Formats: sequence, structure tokens, C-alpha cells
Amino acid sequence: MNNNNVIEAQDLTKMFGDFTAVNAISFEVKKGEIFGFLGANGAGKTTAMKMLIGISKPTAGKAKVAGFDVYKQAEDIKKNIGYMSQKFALYDDLTVKENITFFGGIYGLSRKRIKEKSKLLIKELGLEEVENQLVGSLPLGWKQKLSFSVSLLHDPKIVFLDEPTGGVDPITRRQFWEMIYKAASEGTTVFVTTHYMDEAEYCDRVSIMVNGKIEALDTPKNLKQQFNVANMNDVFLKLARG
Amino acid sequence: MKTILYIIQKEFKQIFRNKGMLPIIFVLPLLQLVILSNAATFEVKNIKFGYIDNDHTSTSRALVEKFNASTYFNVLTDFPSETLASSAMLKGEVDVLLQIPHYFERDLQKEKHNNLGVIINAIDGAAAGVENVYVTQIVQRFNQNIKVELLQVSDQQVQPAVIETIPLFWYNKTLNYKTFMVPGILVLLVTMITLFLSGMNIVREKEIGTLEQINVTPIKKSQFIIGKLFPFWVIGMGLLTVGLILAKVIFNVPMLGSLPLMYLYTSIYILVILGIGLFISNFTDTQQQAMFIAWFFTVIFILMSGLFTPIESMPKWAQTLTEFNPIRYFVEVMRMVMLKGSGFNDILPQLLKTALYAFVMNGLAVWSYKKTT
Ligand SMILES: Nc1ncnc2c1ncn2[C@@H]1O[C@H](COP(=O)(O)OP(=O)(O)OP(=O)(O)O)[C@@H](O)[C@H]1O
Ligand SMILES: [Mg+2]
Repeated sequence: MNNNNVIEAQDLTKMFGDFTAVNAISFEVKKGEIFGFLGANGAGKTTAMKMLIGISKPTAGKAKVAGFDVYKQAEDIKKNIGYMSQKFALYDDLTVKENITFFGGIYGLSRKRIKEKSKLLIKELGLEEVENQLVGSLPLGWKQKLSFSVSLLHDPKIVFLDEPTGGVDPITRRQFWEMIYKAASEGTTVFVTTHYMDEAEYCDRVSIMVNGKIEALDTPKNLKQQFNVANMNDVFLKLARG
Repeated sequence: MKTILYIIQKEFKQIFRNKGMLPIIFVLPLLQLVILSNAATFEVKNIKFGYIDNDHTSTSRALVEKFNASTYFNVLTDFPSETLASSAMLKGEVDVLLQIPHYFERDLQKEKHNNLGVIINAIDGAAAGVENVYVTQIVQRFNQNIKVELLQVSDQQVQPAVIETIPLFWYNKTLNYKTFMVPGILVLLVTMITLFLSGMNIVREKEIGTLEQINVTPIKKSQFIIGKLFPFWVIGMGLLTVGLILAKVIFNVPMLGSLPLMYLYTSIYILVILGIGLFISNFTDTQQQAMFIAWFFTVIFILMSGLFTPIESMPKWAQTLTEFNPIRYFVEVMRMVMLKGSGFNDILPQLLKTALYAFVMNGLAVWSYKKTT
């Protein structure tokens, strides 16, 4: 493995029965990169991501994440990654603080560290007023930002974000991307899926998946050049229409 | 270890925050205890009673008179011979036949004890059991030294052994059905609540997606499972406690045996149930599915537990099946300890089988729980 690559996938494949959800994808993600993982609904983004984070066994192919093999060292991978699922997955019936404490706890952070982290995080997110409210009562945008922060609690090397800004208003989306940039600037690799093409422009490199295959992979600038269009939206449309 | 504590803490918070769930956990089962204990009685009245008096002494007549005086028995006939008596039973004219042997009075005086034969129509196994108790009670009250010996049961398909369940009744001298039923119903209560709660709990996390979030953490399977199940173990023990208190306060059920023994057994028993719950949740994706499967097993387990139908009156294959029924052991132990005052050695077989069961179920459950699918 190249020292600079934190994710390496080679012909990674996932089949459900005889349906191929992810079809032999190969790519690398460099340390500190913001890697956009684009694709239409059902293209196989979530499925691919689940193999990389060690909760879904690939059908074929190879992949290493943070230097660990997805087949044999899934639990080691888990120590080094954060994950924010497409479906909101904090506990609605726990408060902001309790959620932070719980996830900090199961990642093995010390009590003291959890206290510090949770104070800092609540302050950064401006959630002081609602820190003792149930998460279920918060607006979606707040929940998503909290969820992202929680996935970073244990200072993972790579964070996987599956449509983190789905259904979120433009202002919050902007704030969210500021958070992503901040994490990246601190050395965290960000692997993110999105359906917003303006967000794709913010990524260092993007891949575009169509029907389980990666059809294009480059910097947004190069992709636009390659397809001879003005924005990522058109790149996406050209590819996705086939 | 610390990780487990975080899970336990979270679990308790969620349980006690769920306002819709709390009454279901504590109020419903207790209502169930009160209602079922009162409704599920085995009382049998107007028993058609016949006898064959081979002795014709004042003692034998006095004994028959006792049956006559009982509100449960309608004394029917003095049959001159066994053949006549048997054919009457065959026609359903008699439910219970008492055989008083020759020299009944003489032997009783001389040898200080004696045996009496009873034949019971056991087409209705449960009723037969009760009838046998009545007979035994009346005879024993008449004379402590007479032993009732069940000769045969008229229904050929039912083994005479039917009546062996009855020793349980023996220890319930007042023949109070509530006393008999309450421990059994307490078993149901502890079982159902812990099974449903534990089975649905993990599936619920699957449904809302938090289980996936847990699975991407480096938490160990065993840590997660212990943390998840422990709160329900505590709830199960809590239910036992509340149930025992109610049994004492409302029904005045005696607690003849040792309370710590009861708790020891229950603490292991609940592990079995939690293992089953977890196992179910591993193979289901929604709470509905889990609920249905849990119901399926509960109904079978309850019906085959010996709580309502004596195990001995079941066909052989069904009896064999009950060996795999944890509820059966719990019902037995509960009745033995509470009503008979059985000790550690008496319930050791049940205890060992339950422990083995707990081991196997939890092993299967942990094995089938997959962080990576
Ligand atoms: N467990 C599963 N069993 C069978 N098919 C599945 C399973 N999970 C996903 N699929 C199928 O695999 C394909 C890819 O799904 P996936 O969720 O990876 O798409 P996606 O790119 O994340 O889409 P979206 O943008 O809608 O989130 C879809 O056709 C989906 O129906
Ligand atoms: Mg998806």
C-alpha cells in the first residue's frame, strides 16, 4: 500500500443474489483528501461504503482501509474510522449530551476526555441551549451536524459521510461543509457521498458511479474539462444518462 | 467493562423514558397475575362418585359418608361388583370409583395404616387430577394413616401416571387454586415480559438504524450483548420481586422454600429467555416479525409447560418435547420451592438443565449476532 493512500479498493464487488450492486470498483483515496463519491439513486454508493467500513463482506475484490484489510481486519478498521449513515442514527430518545457520552463511551474515551469533548463540541455547534433536550426534538440540520461531530469524537483517520446534507437547508449545508473543511485541514480524510453537485465542486476529487461501476474519477476541474462542460451538474448528467 | 456500563446506562435511560412502555412492563403483567390467577381455576364440582364397599363395616360407611358430605361429590351408588362399576364408568355415569378392600377396618386398626384404591375417569386429565386430590384430601382428613392408591384410569389412552402430577396439590392443603396458580402465572409474567422486551429491543435498533452505527464502532460483540441484556435481566428479577410480593399480599401464597434459592434459579432462568430473545432478534428485521416469533414460542412453551395441562397426560412425544421447554422447569421449580419448600438438592436437576440451556442459547445468540453481514 502506498503510504499516502488511506483507502485502496481493487475490483471491489458486492452481489445480492445475482444482482450486482457494486461492480468491480477500483480507486484510491489519499490521506487528508476530501473524496466525493457521486452517483444516482441506487448506483451502489451506500453498498460500497458499507464494505469499506467493515459492516458488509465484499463478494469479491480487495480493499484496504487505514492499512487494514476489509475481510480480515474489519474491527481494526472500525477503530480508525468514523461513519455517518444516510439514515440519521443517533438516539432520538437521548439528549444531545447523552448521545455524545454514549458514543464517546463505546469508542473507549475516558470520562474526562468525553466531558471535554462534549463541552467543546456543544460550544462549536452552538447547542448550549439544547444540550439537555432530546435529540429527536431538534431540527434536522442540527441533528446532522451533531451526528457528524459524534462521528469525529474518537479522532478517526477517515470519516465516511453518506449523504450528510440530504434534506438540509442551504445555510446549514454551507456550515456543514465548513465543518468538513475543518476536519480535512486537521488531517482527517473525508469520504463523502452527495446528490448536490455544488458540493461536488468542493471536493478534491470525485468519482461518479453508474449502475455499480465507477465511470469517472478525477478532480472536478479535470472532469469538467474532460466532458467539456461548465459545471459538475452537466458532468453528472452526461454520465448518468449514459 | 467500562464500555458495558455505558450501554447499560443508556439502556436504562431509554427504558424509563419510554412512557408508553413502562405501564406495559409493570402494570399489565400484574393485572394479568390478578386476573388469570382468579380465572384459571381447576375447581371441579358435582363429581359423580361411586364406590364398592367390600368391607361393610362402620369405618367404611363412615368414610363413604365423608364423601357424601362433601360439596364436590354426588354420591351415586354402592356398586355390588367391580364389573358393574366399570361398565358404569365406561358409560360415563361415574367419574370416580372408590374401592374399599376386605378387612379395611380390621387392617386399619391392626396395622395402623391401609391402602384404598381409586379409579378415576381421566378423559379430562386436568379434572382427573383435581378429583384425585379431592379424594386424597377427604380420605386423609378421615384418617391420616390411609394411603390412597390409584389403581387405574379408565381411559386407556391416558397413562395411569396422570395422577403423579398431583403430589403438587398435596402440598396445597387448603386446595386453594390461587395458591396453585399464582406461582405458575408469575412464571408467565417474568418470561413473557423479558422475552418480548429483549427480543424487540435489538430489532428496534435495527429498524431505526442505530444498530448499524453501533456495528461500525470497535465494540466487542460480547460487550454489546451483555450491556444490552443486563437491564432486562434486572427487569426480570424486578418483576419476580413485585410478583412475589403480590402473591403474598393479595393471594397469601405461602413461601415455604428459600427465597434466595428462588432468586438463584430465576437469575439463571432469565438468561435462557434473554438468549432466546436475542436469538430471535438476530434473525428478524422488524419488531413485528420478532413479536410474532416470540409469540409463537411463548404459546407453545406455555401450553406445554404443565401449567394448565399436566405434562404426564400429554402423549409421549409431547412429553419429550417439554424437556426442551424452559418454562416447564421454571413452573416446576416455582411450585416446588414455594408450595413444597423444596431445597437446593431437590431442584438441582432443573437448575442444571436450565443452566445448560442458558449456556447453549446464549452461545447460539452470540454466535449468530454478526457485526459484519
Ligand atoms: N441488502 C440488500 N439486498 C438486496 N439489494 C440491495 C441491498 N442493499 C442495497 N441493495 C440494492 O443495491 C443497489 C444499490 O443500493 P445503494 O443503497 O448502495 O445505492 P445508493 O447509491 O446508496 O443509492 P441512494 O443514492 O439512493 O442512497 C440498489 O438497487 C439497492 O436496491
Ligand atoms: Mg445510499
